[in-house]
Amino acid sequence: MTARAALGRLTAAYLAVALVALFGGVVTGLTQALEHAGINVYPLLAPAVQSYYHGLSIHGVLNALVWTTFFICGFLPYIAVEALGVPPAARGLGWPTFWLMTGGLVLAAIPLVGNAATVMFTFYPPLKAPWAFYVGLTLVVVGTWLVTLQLALTWRAWRRANPAARTPLPAFMALVTFAMWTLASLGLAAEMLFMLIPWSLGWVSGTDALLARVLFWFTGHPIVYFWLLPAYASWYTLVPRQAGGRLFSDPLARASFLLFLVLSTPLGFHHQYTDPGIHEGWKLVHAFLTFAVFFPSLLTFFNVVASLESGARARGGRGWVMWFARLPWGDPSVAAQVLAMILFAFGGIGGLINASFSLNRLVHNTAWIPGHLHLTVGSAATLSYMGITYWLIPHLRGRALWSRRLALVQVWSWVGGMVIFSNALHRLGLLGMPRRTMIGAAAYVQPEWTPILPLVGIGGTILTVSALLYFLNLALTLLASRTEYAAGIAFAEPMSGPDHAPAIFDRWRPWLALAVVLIALAYGPSLARLIATTPFDTAGMRVW
Amino acid sequence: MPERPAKPGTTVYLYELAWILPSIAIPVGMLAALTVTAFGAGLHLPGVEGRVPAAQVAQTAPFDAPGVRQTGPGRYEVVMTSQIWAFAPNEIRVPAGATVTFVATSKDVVHGLLIPRAHVNVMLLPGQIARVTATFERPGEYPMFCHEYCGIAHHTMWGKVIVEPRS
Repeated sequence: MTARAALGRLTAAYLAVALVALFGGVVTGLTQALEHAGINVYPLLAPAVQSYYHGLSIHGVLNALVWTTFFICGFLPYIAVEALGVPPAARGLGWPTFWLMTGGLVLAAIPLVGNAATVMFTFYPPLKAPWAFYVGLTLVVVGTWLVTLQLALTWRAWRRANPAARTPLPAFMALVTFAMWTLASLGLAAEMLFMLIPWSLGWVSGTDALLARVLFWFTGHPIVYFWLLPAYASWYTLVPRQAGGRLFSDPLARASFLLFLVLSTPLGFHHQYTDPGIHEGWKLVHAFLTFAVFFPSLLTFFNVVASLESGARARGGRGWVMWFARLPWGDPSVAAQVLAMILFAFGGIGGLINASFSLNRLVHNTAWIPGHLHLTVGSAATLSYMGITYWLIPHLRGRALWSRRLALVQVWSWVGGMVIFSNALHRLGLLGMPRRTMIGAAAYVQPEWTPILPLVGIGGTILTVSALLYFLNLALTLLASRTEYAAGIAFAEPMSGPDHAPAIFDRWRPWLALAVVLIALAYGPSLARLIATTPFDTAGMRVW
Repeated sequence: MPERPAKPGTTVYLYELAWILPSIAIPVGMLAALTVTAFGAGLHLPGVEGRVPAAQVAQTAPFDAPGVRQTGPGRYEVVMTSQIWAFAPNEIRVPAGATVTFVATSKDVVHGLLIPRAHVNVMLLPGQIARVTATFERPGEYPMFCHEYCGIAHHTMWGKVIVEPRS
């Protein structure tokens, strides 16, 4: 077996776990959407799903944490190795990493499925899950660090053989994504290792809600960039080519990724504007840094749209706006990812509102927030990942996608369902409806919410049907497709190439050092004060 | 290193510049507008107000006596505790135009206090004292919700502020 085929099998294994997780998350998601529309199906689902909150915890963990992480660990190393043209440096590391992550996932899933870890994917203490939940998730994170190590070793081997070349853009983006994530995940690792795991094992009696939240959001905001950057990598390095064009600017793409590396982490307090116990001044600093990270997002937006435009114009597109219609809309992989970009534009605008020092209080912890994150992780990431699998799975299997038409129906129905679903949640949030709440059973449903609530159920149902079409198409591709698919991976050529990018773009240490310094400045004083003054006197409890 | 053709390269370079500048100007402009409006309107976020022993909230002043008291003309303070699945007090009466400061904490897990019509939105963490101030201009009922998942009956945790017309 060639090195490439061997890596293909590993990637397929990651994708298999990711897709199983997506399926579980979709099914539980439907029950929540129906609940908001007044259809309570939980009595029918017991004991598999024991409550709204049990289902919601499963939905969040499987879709936000597992589907994303396993997809990324399969996809990014695969395109990085393809672009570098060298095999993974540490051959012995690949499968043990996969099994460590999968073993961790199973360990965490046991209490989760058994309703013993109904703590949401944010697991704020003093809600207390069994140790297996925390240890399992920690093992998944440790697995991602091993993926980083594998990528770094492979890059170093490539660099030795190519001392003067620029790092190929797909490999560069994979490395930046995993470097950013590894740095960002230290907060979560500290929360797990020093607080939640010893506490859940009974080694210490108490914990602290605020310090745990600070450490969680240290990782919890950059994790959205961990979900997004792989989609960006596809938008930059693959979609322009799929659309018949070229990447507009390679140096700008590198600059935006390096800025994400530096700026993604030191801004987590914008999730905690409403928390007591953090100085207002530090919250303002994090607000500033959040708006700073909007800069590389805008660079990405301009660069990717210009690249799409080059493809559409090469295909005969004309006019200032109408070129857009000439994109290859018949290709489900392109359609999915371009539509994901459009949904993400609204997700990004909503994100700026969330991050606003003043406007945040209108939306924090309301239904607006799940409305927002279904546009980001549920569309920008998920719909892009779906678009990627529309070529990646045929590529790995060697068989053509079973039906492009079915895939197009799936993509457009996802967009339609998401527009209805997300719009309804955004509006409900502005009308003061709390998130993560079994609204159908609440005594306080306000009259202005009631006409909107059915739309949550309708949108959620359309999304579920769309997801089932997706799984059907993939299953038939694997089992029933007879047409051979032999296409390799073709990365986009740049219009403005990497040759005139500053040399510092190919060095790692200055950027990592800058990232560490910014994190230390933004978090250091608050963390030092909290660690020095926290009594860890809060007892855990199971209240579900 | 292949030499780039001069003219198209220059055009692309100008485009790159033309995009970098608005990409900086847009966030900076939004941030400036945000900062000016937030501080111009005197908005404040919850800050550091001190701790309360998480296991002894009910024995620690002021949380040993939750309730509403007047602190000045048109000014009130609500000392509030939250626990699964109730606020104490869960019905608050103030006259229209009252400025109310909530001093609140949690006796058990993480809760939240959301009063949408008064723009009150604050987390209630065990161990932390939260303080927020809001003005209730119009008479009527202002529902207040717990907006953080706090267990199996989270959706039953709510109360109201009843704002009475000034006599």
